[in-house]
Amino acid sequence: MLWLLVGVPLLGGAGLVVAALVTRRTDRWATASGLVVAAVTLAMGIAAAVLRPATGAPLLAGIGFGLGVDGLSAVMLVTVAVAVLAVLVFAAGEAELRTARFVGLVLVFAGAMLVTVTATGLLPLLMAWEVMGATSWALIAYHFRDPAAVGAAHTAFLTTRTADLGLYLAAGAALAGGVGSLALADLPAARGAWLHLLVAGVVVAALGKSAQLPFSFWLSGAMRGPSPVSALLHSATMVAAGAYVLLRLAPLLGTSGWAGPLVAWVGAATALVLGLVAVAQTDLKQLLAASTCAQIGYMVLAAGVGGTAAGTVALVAHAATKGLLFLAAGAWLAALGTRQLDGLRGAARRFPVVGVTFTVGALSLAGVPPLSLWIGKDAVLAAALDASPALYGVGLVAAAVAGLYSGVALWYVWQAVPDDAPVAGRVSAPMRPPLIGLAVLAAVLGLLPQLGGGLALDPAPAASELVVSGVVAVAAVALAWRLGERMPRPAPLRGWVGLERAAHATVVAPVLALASALARFDDRVLARGADDTALATVRLARTLDRRVEFSVDGAVRAVAAGARVLGRWARRPQTGQLHQYYAQTSVGFALLAALALLVIVVR
Amino acid sequence: MLSLIVFWPALVAAVLLCVPARVPPKVFVGAWIAASLVDLVLIGVVWVGLPAGGGYGFEERVVWIPTAGISYHVGVDGLSLPLLALTGVLFTACAVFAWRETRRVKAYVTLFLALQAVSLGLFVALDLILFFVFFDLSIVFMYFVIAGWGHGAAARGAALRFFLYTFLGSLALLLGFILLFLAAVPHTFDIPELVAANPLAGGGLYSGLTLLAIGVGLAVKTPSVPFHTWLPPAHTEAPATGSAVLAGVLLKMGTYGFVRIAMPLLPATWRDYAMVVVIVGVVSVVYGALVALAQTDLKRMIAYTSINHMGYVLLGVGAAGLVAGSDEQARQLATTGAVTQMVSHGLITGALFLLAGVLHDRGGTYDMGAYSGLAARVPRFAGLFVIAAFASLGLPGFSGFIAEFQIFTGALGAAPVPTAVAVTGIVVTAGLFLLAVQRLLLGPLRVPDAPGTPRPFPDVRVSEALAVVPLLVLVVVLGVVPRVLLDVIEPASRTLVDLVSR
Repeated sequence: MLWLLVGVPLLGGAGLVVAALVTRRTDRWATASGLVVAAVTLAMGIAAAVLRPATGAPLLAGIGFGLGVDGLSAVMLVTVAVAVLAVLVFAAGEAELRTARFVGLVLVFAGAMLVTVTATGLLPLLMAWEVMGATSWALIAYHFRDPAAVGAAHTAFLTTRTADLGLYLAAGAALAGGVGSLALADLPAARGAWLHLLVAGVVVAALGKSAQLPFSFWLSGAMRGPSPVSALLHSATMVAAGAYVLLRLAPLLGTSGWAGPLVAWVGAATALVLGLVAVAQTDLKQLLAASTCAQIGYMVLAAGVGGTAAGTVALVAHAATKGLLFLAAGAWLAALGTRQLDGLRGAARRFPVVGVTFTVGALSLAGVPPLSLWIGKDAVLAAALDASPALYGVGLVAAAVAGLYSGVALWYVWQAVPDDAPVAGRVSAPMRPPLIGLAVLAAVLGLLPQLGGGLALDPAPAASELVVSGVVAVAAVALAWRLGERMPRPAPLRGWVGLERAAHATVVAPVLALASALARFDDRVLARGADDTALATVRLARTLDRRVEFSVDGAVRAVAAGARVLGRWARRPQTGQLHQYYAQTSVGFALLAALALLVIVVR
Repeated sequence: MLSLIVFWPALVAAVLLCVPARVPPKVFVGAWIAASLVDLVLIGVVWVGLPAGGGYGFEERVVWIPTAGISYHVGVDGLSLPLLALTGVLFTACAVFAWRETRRVKAYVTLFLALQAVSLGLFVALDLILFFVFFDLSIVFMYFVIAGWGHGAAARGAALRFFLYTFLGSLALLLGFILLFLAAVPHTFDIPELVAANPLAGGGLYSGLTLLAIGVGLAVKTPSVPFHTWLPPAHTEAPATGSAVLAGVLLKMGTYGFVRIAMPLLPATWRDYAMVVVIVGVVSVVYGALVALAQTDLKRMIAYTSINHMGYVLLGVGAAGLVAGSDEQARQLATTGAVTQMVSHGLITGALFLLAGVLHDRGGTYDMGAYSGLAARVPRFAGLFVIAAFASLGLPGFSGFIAEFQIFTGALGAAPVPTAVAVTGIVVTAGLFLLAVQRLLLGPLRVPDAPGTPRPFPDVRVSEALAVVPLLVLVVVLGVVPRVLLDVIEPASRTLVDLVSR
C-alpha cells in the first residue's frame, strides 16, 4: 500500500522523464497520464490516511528503509496529493508545461515529498529530502536557456544541500550515540554530546530547506521557475518539508534543551523580517515568496514551542492559501505577461474568477477572520504565549506585517484598469478549477482542529486572542489599502536584506578563490615537483654518464692499453734466432745465480 | 573457473593476433564484445555460486615457485567479487563503445583484451607475487593504450609520466611484500596463510615500515594526495575507453589493495596508523573537490573528482581501523561503504568518461568554454550527462549515495572532525557538477566550429548509448536496491572488521 503510494508517482515520474529523453512524442499524452497518476496518488493518499499502514525494507547493515503513516503524516499525505493534483491541472493550461519532462519532474518531486512525510527513519528521510532538492533544481531551471533561471536553480540546490550536510552529520551522530537503527522515534535516546550534534544537524537542515533565516535568499531566486512550480514548492512541498521535519521531531528538540527556544526564535524572527521584506517587494511573486518564508516561520515557531498540532494546522492552511496565490499569479503572468505589481493594476477586475479567488487567498494570508490562516496563525500564537510572552509579541507584530503585504497586493490588483493597459491574453479553462477548489480550501481549512484526532489544539487559542489577531489583521489590511503605492519600500528590505550577497561574500567567493589557489598549487608545486624529481634523475644520469662513467671507462681503457704495451714488450725477445736465446738464457742464469747468492748471504 | 575468467580474454587476444589486420575492424571489436559477454556470464555464475557465509569461493592453487613460497593461488570473496564484476562490466561497455573505432583496431582490441585479463586476475589473486605481477602488467598495458591511442604528442609524455610514477609505486609495494615475506615463518607470499599467521601482530618499527611501503605503493595507484599528479594528464590524453578503464578499474587496484592486503595482513599497525589514513583520505576529498572546481577542462575535472571519491574510500577504511572510538556496526558500515564506493565510482566515472569521449568525438576538445547550450542540440547526451553528474555528486537514488552515506555514518563516531570536514566535499562536488552542466548544456547554443564549415554535432549514437546506458542503469539499481550488492559485501566486510580488530 505505502510502497504503491510512493512508488506510483516516483516511478511514473521517472518513466516520463526518461521517455522525454528518448522521444518527443511522449509529450502528447504526458499531461493526461500525469493527471491520472496524481489522481491515483490522491486516492491512495486518502486511503493511507485512513488505514495508517506501515512498512519497511532492509537497506544498509542494521539501518532499514521504514515508511509509516501516523496522524501528522496522514494530514501531510493528503495535503501533498491535493497540491500536486491542483498544480498539474493548472499546468495543463500552459502550453509550454505540457511536456513529459515537466510532468515527470513534478511527479518525482511529489513522490519524494511523500516519502519525506512517511519516513520513519533518518535514512529514508535524507534520501527523499535530497531527491526533492535535486528535482527542485530541475524544475526551477525548467527554462534552461535562461541563465537567470539556471543560476537561481544552482543557488537553491547548493544552499539547501549545504544545509543538508546537517542531516548527514545527524545520521552519523545518531549511530555514534547508540541509535543504530536511525529510527526517528528513537532519536531522543541518543547519548551524550552526540544528541546535541544530532539536534544541531537536523535543525540546520530543516531551516535551510524551509528558507528560514539566514538561508531565506534561495527562495527569492526560485521564483524564476514556472509559476506552478512555485505553487508546488511553496505550498505543500520543499519549504514545507523543513517545517514538517521540525514538527515531527519536536520531542527531540525538547530533549536537547537549547534547540526548542532557538528554533522558536528563528521562526519568529523570520516571520517578522521576511514579512517586512515582503512588504517592500514590487514583484508579486517575490512578495509571495518572502511571505512564504514569513508564514513558514510560524510553523517553525510552533515546532520550537512544541505546538505540533498548531504548526500542522498552519501548514495545511498555508499550503492551500499559498498554492492558490501562486497559481493566480501564474494565471495573470500567462494572461498579462507581467508579475510586477505596477503592471498588475486592475488585474482582478479584468479576470474576475482569478481576482476573487486571489482575494480569498490574500485575505487568508493576512489572517482575516474567518479564513483558514486566521485560525492557523492563532493556534501557533496560543502555543507561543504558553512558552513566552515575548515570542507571542513578536508573532503578533509579524501578523500585522502579514496584513500589510497582503493588503498591498490586493490594492494593486483591484485598482481601476489603466487606460494604457496592454491587450490581455486569456486565462485558459484548466486554470480555473484549481483556483476555485483551492480558494474553498483556503477559506474553510481553519475548521480542521474541529475534526479532532491529532489536530486538536492544545492550548487552544482563547477567544480574546482570536479577536485581537483578527482586529490586527483587518486593521493592517485597511492601512495597506490606504497607503497603496505609497507604502514605504526601503532598499535593504527590497533586496532581501542582502542575504544572498552575504552568502556570496562569506562562502562562495572564498571557496572559489581557494579552489583556484589550490589548482595553481597543484600545477605549479605538486605536479612540477614530481616532474622536477624525474628531470633531476635524468640530469643525474647524464652527469654520471659524463663524469663517473667516463672515468671508470677511462680506467678500464688504461688497463687495456697498459696490457697492450706490456704485450708489445713481451714480444721483443721472441726473435726466433737461437744465439739470441742462448744469450738471454745465460743472462737469465746469471741473474738467478746472483739472486741465489744474495739470498744465501742475507740468510 | 576463475582461471577461465581471467585467461579467456587473453586466449581470445592470442587468437586475434593470428588474424590478419586486413580483416574489417568490426570483426575484432565484435570478437571483443563477444569475449567480454562470455566473461560476464561466467562472472554471473561465480556471483550465484559464492559461498553465503563468507570466506573464499572458487579457490584454485597450483605450485609455481615453491622455493620462494610463491604459488598461483586465486579465489573470490565478497570484497573481490564486486570488483571482478565491475571489471567485467566496464570492459564490456568499453568494447561496445569502441564499435566505431578505426585506428589500428587489431592492436587496440588485443591490447585491451590483455589489459582485461590482468585486471580480472588482480582481483582474484590470493598471492602477493601474483597480485604484483598483475599490478605491474596493468601499468604496462595501460601505458601502450595511452601512448598509442591518446590525443597526439602530449599523450606519449603523459603515458611516460603515468608509467614511471605508478611503476615506482609498485616497487614500493614489492618492497613491502618482501618485508612481509621475510617476517612470516615459514616464509610465504600466500595471502590467506599470511592472514592466518599474522606475522606482524606485535606492530613496531619493522611493521610500520612495511605498512609505509605498501601504503605508499597503493596510494600512488589510488591515487591520494600528494601522489596524484600523474592522474590528470593521463586522463586528459587517454582515449575515452582508456580513461574509463583507468578510472574505473585501475584506480580500484590501489584501494582494493588496502582491503585485501594492508588491513588484514598488518592489523595492529593499521590500527596504530588509522588516523593517518583518515587524514590522507580527508585531504584527498577536500583537495580533489576544490581543485576540480577550478578546472575548465572536462576530463581534468572528472579526474580530480576521482581523487575526491577515492578519498572517501580511504576515509572509510581508515575509520574501520579506529577500533577504540566506534562500535562494530559503525566500522562495518564504513568498510562496506568503502567497497561500495569502489564499485559505484567505477560505474559512474566510467560513464562520465565515455560521455566525455562522445563530446570530444563531436567537438574535438574537452574545453568546457568551447561549448554551451548543448541540451537544445543533443538532448539525449544532455540527459545522460545530467544523470551521471547527479549520480557522481552523491544524490540518493544512485549508488554513490549508498556508498558515501555508509562511509560518513560509520566514520563520524570514530573521527568526528575529519568526517565533518569530508562531508563538505559533497557540496563542492555538487557545485562543480552544476557548473559543468551549466557550461556545457545550458544557456545559448554554441559548439566549436571546424575550419570553414559548421561542425555536424549528432546526438549520442546507438553504440555509445549501449555502452553508457547499462552503466547508469546499474548505478540506479545499486542506488535503489543496494541489497543486491550489500548482501555480497557485508559478510566479507564483517570478516575484515574482525581481522583488523584482532
